Amino acid sequence: MIVAEKKPIEEIIEQVEDCEKLLILGCNECVTVCEAGGKKEVGVLASALRMYFLNQGKEVRIDEVTLERQCDHEYLEEIREVADQYDAIVSLACGVGVQFVAEKYHSQRVYPGVNTCFLGATEQRGLWTERCQACGTCILAYTAGICPISRCAKRLLNGPCGGSSNGKCEINPELDCAWQLIIDRLKALGRLEDYEKLLEIKDWSTDRAGGPRKVIREDVQI
Amino acid sequence: MRLSYPTNIRIIRVPCSGKVDIIHILRAFEKGADGVCVVGCIEGDCHFKTGNFRARKRVEQARKLLESVGVGGERVKMYNLSSGEGPLFARYATEIVDIVKALGPNPIKRFKKNAA
Repeated sequence: MIVAEKKPIEEIIEQVEDCEKLLILGCNECVTVCEAGGKKEVGVLASALRMYFLNQGKEVRIDEVTLERQCDHEYLEEIREVADQYDAIVSLACGVGVQFVAEKYHSQRVYPGVNTCFLGATEQRGLWTERCQACGTCILAYTAGICPISRCAKRLLNGPCGGSSNGKCEINPELDCAWQLIIDRLKALGRLEDYEKLLEIKDWSTDRAGGPRKVIREDVQI
Repeated sequence: MRLSYPTNIRIIRVPCSGKVDIIHILRAFEKGADGVCVVGCIEGDCHFKTGNFRARKRVEQARKLLESVGVGGERVKMYNLSSGEGPLFARYATEIVDIVKALGPNPIKRFKKNAA
């Protein structure tokens, strides 16, 4: 899922200080799971902002809506009737959601309420770690299901490098060396001979290096 | 025991202090409460194991947020005591009332219509 972090409330206040009607728009997907922009966080932010404005002597109307998703037309249409009533919308969705709201409601001010961080997993409650960089050409089949692109600091295709010691990475002693993990797992799978196969130079044109990307599936298009 | 404690405290019963969420604390202030104290069991004695630790974290979050929005983080406080410690409850109740009285009323009430 997409992992995001709440923005400091001071930063949000700075953007919406001049508003009199605000919509705080949550998203029921990834940002709900990583507890950054779901219904609950919408409630907390709205309550805190109401108090902030009241304390400034301003009665600001702050409404709360949480959509199923903000990255799909059909759900974003749900606020079509009300969107223009507000001076600004604070979207607590990931960067995708914020941009989609901004695209769809072109003349509306839209601000992000979270910092979108990475594609990751919930290791435990309150701990999310990166697992994928969406490079567009998955090599997990050759690396024992562990991604060296997202988990090796150098994105090495044939690691480890000399900075790997005791299974940890030289950039941070708490960070596992992805290549150590790969070798350990290949051993566990009884496929250590795969480690001897060199991975060829990767086609980075499917990564961001090729510019903004697009997936077109004519078979599912209507 | 017939202990007395300040009458301006409104007790809201919850099954465990772990039930108290940050939004409950914020709503209380939004509705005009001058202070909120969460009273949980002694740490290590939670019937649900970690409820009071969760409550403590949420109180801390609420404290930071209230500080950021200018209401004042000192208005929220967490206490731990056992159900058999009536005199201590009365003492804590007096303490939080004194703290809040010294801080003055909830600042948002100056502008809020129909404040509690």
